[in-house]
Amino acid sequence: MAYAFSKSKIGVVGGIIVLINIIVAAIGPFIAWEPYWEYKIVANPALQYAPPCLPPSCSGGPLFGTDEWGRDIIAMSLYGFRISLIISVIVVLLGASIGIVVGLVSGYKGGVVDEVIMRLTDIFLAFPSLVLAIAFAAVLPQRIRGFLEVNSFARAFFAALFGLRENEYAQIAALISIWFAMVLVWWPGYTRVIRGSVLSTREMPFIEAAKLSGLSTWKIMFRHVLPNVLSPVIVMITFDLATATLFAATLSFLGLGPQEPVPELGFLISKAGYFFPERSWHVVIYYGVVLLLIALGWNLLGDALRDVLDPRTRRALEFRGE
Amino acid sequence: MSEGALLEVSNLKKYFSVRGSFTKKVRAVDGVAFCIRRGETLGVVGESGCGKTTLGKTVLRLLDPTSGRIVFNGVDVTRVRGARLREYWRNAQMVFQDPHTSLNPRMTIASTLLEPIRQYRLGVGDEEAFLVSQLELVGLTKELLYRYPHELSGGQKQRVAILRAIITRPKFVVLDEPTSSLDVSVQAQILDLLKDLQAKFNLTYMFISHDIAVIRYVSNRIAVMYLGKIVEIGLADKVFESPMHPYTQFLFSALPIPDPKLAKSKKKLLIPGEPPSPINPPPGCKFHPRCPHAVDICRRQEPQMIEVEKDHYASCWLHIKKQ
Amino acid sequence: MTGLREGEVLRVEDLHVRFYTYAGVVYAVSGVSFYVMESETIALVGETGCGKTVTTRAIARLVEPPGRIERGVALFRRRNGKVVDLLKIGDEELRQIRGDEIAYVFQDPTSALDPLYTIGFHIHETVKAHNSKTNKKDILKRAIKLLKEVAIPSPEARIKNYPHELSGGMRQRSVIAISLSNNPRLLIADEPTTNLDVTIQVQILELLKELQKAYKMSLILITHNMGIVAEMADRVYVMYAGKVVEEGLVEQVFYNPQHPYTKLLLRAVPNPLKKIEKLEYIPGTVPLLTNPPHGCRFHPRCPFVMDICRKEEPQLVGVEKGHGVACWLVTKK
Repeated sequence: MAYAFSKSKIGVVGGIIVLINIIVAAIGPFIAWEPYWEYKIVANPALQYAPPCLPPSCSGGPLFGTDEWGRDIIAMSLYGFRISLIISVIVVLLGASIGIVVGLVSGYKGGVVDEVIMRLTDIFLAFPSLVLAIAFAAVLPQRIRGFLEVNSFARAFFAALFGLRENEYAQIAALISIWFAMVLVWWPGYTRVIRGSVLSTREMPFIEAAKLSGLSTWKIMFRHVLPNVLSPVIVMITFDLATATLFAATLSFLGLGPQEPVPELGFLISKAGYFFPERSWHVVIYYGVVLLLIALGWNLLGDALRDVLDPRTRRALEFRGE
Repeated sequence: MSEGALLEVSNLKKYFSVRGSFTKKVRAVDGVAFCIRRGETLGVVGESGCGKTTLGKTVLRLLDPTSGRIVFNGVDVTRVRGARLREYWRNAQMVFQDPHTSLNPRMTIASTLLEPIRQYRLGVGDEEAFLVSQLELVGLTKELLYRYPHELSGGQKQRVAILRAIITRPKFVVLDEPTSSLDVSVQAQILDLLKDLQAKFNLTYMFISHDIAVIRYVSNRIAVMYLGKIVEIGLADKVFESPMHPYTQFLFSALPIPDPKLAKSKKKLLIPGEPPSPINPPPGCKFHPRCPHAVDICRRQEPQMIEVEKDHYASCWLHIKKQ
Repeated sequence: MTGLREGEVLRVEDLHVRFYTYAGVVYAVSGVSFYVMESETIALVGETGCGKTVTTRAIARLVEPPGRIERGVALFRRRNGKVVDLLKIGDEELRQIRGDEIAYVFQDPTSALDPLYTIGFHIHETVKAHNSKTNKKDILKRAIKLLKEVAIPSPEARIKNYPHELSGGMRQRSVIAISLSNNPRLLIADEPTTNLDVTIQVQILELLKELQKAYKMSLILITHNMGIVAEMADRVYVMYAGKVVEEGLVEQVFYNPQHPYTKLLLRAVPNPLKKIEKLEYIPGTVPLLTNPPHGCRFHPRCPFVMDICRKEEPQLVGVEKGHGVACWLVTKK
């Protein structure tokens, strides 16, 4: 399968982008040459929106310019990578885990359990995610903030996770609140997909054979059914990472996420919007392209994974080399 | 019929609800009674929709019977659950039709075989050595232990499935079309393997198949099913030499004979009409709409199973009238 | 390597088909030749992997990459008397022949029918593709007549049915009816009754026999069931690992089999009329065609293998009139 994957140009490109994304996210906050919490402009008013300076015509200024606080936007994006990656990965993995377990139980048990869970899933799917996020943003951040204030371990942990300072715990609270809102709308999709596969897998003779071997229902579900229904989910996860990245950025863009000075990509674009297009076009374009590349990387990877995991399309891939 | 009977089934029924209707039922098994003696092979033959696979699964309690009784080795297992059910399964196993789907594609052969051993706590000591010795029983070698099902041929997979079924040394095995997905030459190997294992371990088989030639080869007694009921049952030789029920006669006449002169000389009997639906079976004798000998009573009342000669029973008014 | 003889409808010579896969080159068909006369039934018999299906798909030009027809001719005499090579004619001429002069019935009736269209529509479509001038009413009448011929009850109602509303047996009969819509000269049936009940199978086989007589149709029957071969075929070609190992009249092959594989095949099939004590079986398995055995392809499993069998491939030699075998045992005599 690795061979087939390497034959897919799309997959290789996507894989490289994703790899870069992960590496930058991991080391970003450490190599960023400017701290995000310093408002340079206070020291030097001339720095506000210093336009992008592309060599060879320039010297001294930041490569792609600064934002309204005078911070080098490339340096800010290094923090942004980390935040976006963490949010998208945790939301998708958590949502997928919940969704998979619920779907597994629902599909395998059938009957009343299945009906109840399906109605529950319908309800959650019907939630307008935006409205939910707004509602959460109104209530949750204060609560979480209060929690983070007293619990120093949690504070240190989350700050390190997002690559921010502990001082920003109020904003971290907002990030966690987006987190909750997103997980709640994310899991039902997985439940649906898994349930379908489970319904067909549970009719397979090897499941009956497992019953005859005396296995309990839970063992059968997790040892026999689950591994056989995961394939479509893996592809779904990669596509979802792209979607989640953009969705989180959107929520921040709308102001439901962290505020100053946290450099969340969507939020930064939103702030730049006030001065668009004359003074801040470089900010919008740069952060926009960053988000595009992150999402593109996951999407290309997902496309290639889908082709590789399906035995029929895998053959077609392997032939292109012949 | 009860002396030496390992399995005794009486008036077994299995109905399935039809989706979207509370009253309509698919009468897959509609009142079946038979017994199987220790060490014997009962061949169950019939066409699609006759209920033979459902019968196999219900007898094994993979499906819950709608009504009736199943007595295994003197114990009534019709409604047992939990530990008692697992105890039944320790002694009654199944070999499924399609070896490609009866093995978990994501587990190695070794893991698949170890599962029943571990579940039933057989205490075999060195597991790998045990598995290697068991593989020899079905003519496989140890390299296959750590392979995945897709790396094995159909015949090899079916041997693994057979081994899995007998690895706990059960008394009774239901075989649901075990050779139907296999090539002719592999089929012969597997059938002979099954016969050898039966002799070696004193196994009792319920062999379900639509292939009449195979059934003749493996069975001591055979039961012919039509629309959820057994229409004829008896010693294999007797049933084959003189089929009594009109349906059985049609069935045997329809067999393609691998002998050109004989094939072209024998006139084929063709059953008129279409196979009826198990949701709405005809009243009286289920075969009467298609039977060329049907008389009035056939349309009104279901015939009983009567002994037409020693150890050969058929359920048909033609023979009851004679008495 | 010449044209068609008198009365011949199809002649295939030296067909070679290979599949170029990731695992290597699969020599699926290696030099298969056969012919069919008018109103005759021939059977291509063999187990999985012998190449019988690939052969007919090659004639039908249904072989897609990574498969390739390396060599061979398939001469076919059209209705107008013209002889064409099916493997070399242009797409438009092939389209004209398919469904009209050569019809195909494949193994699984369910996948041969488009679930979104009624049976009537399928027949309509097939007729219209080759007789654009026929009007709807005539086609309808013809469809009802066809369904009656394949013994489908109440054909007027069945015309409006969708495939899923019919039983397996009726679907297969519908597929046969559709294939006969245009009175083909040649019908290629690939395991047409494998998934059907025995009582339905006998109806369909009897039906094919009658239709053959009525339409003077030639039939190429592909099967692994020796019983069906004995019932239906005039001549039979026994195939193994992509080659024809024995060919002849059905009586010759059944009563005087020469090739060890044929003999073993006949003995491995349980005959329902006789009580057998032990089935004979063929040791070993069908070889992987990526690396077929040297010399005679059957030699690793042959109980009579000799030295020469391992080195050189035997050619088909005549044993009696019309009966040929590819085996060194016979050639040596």
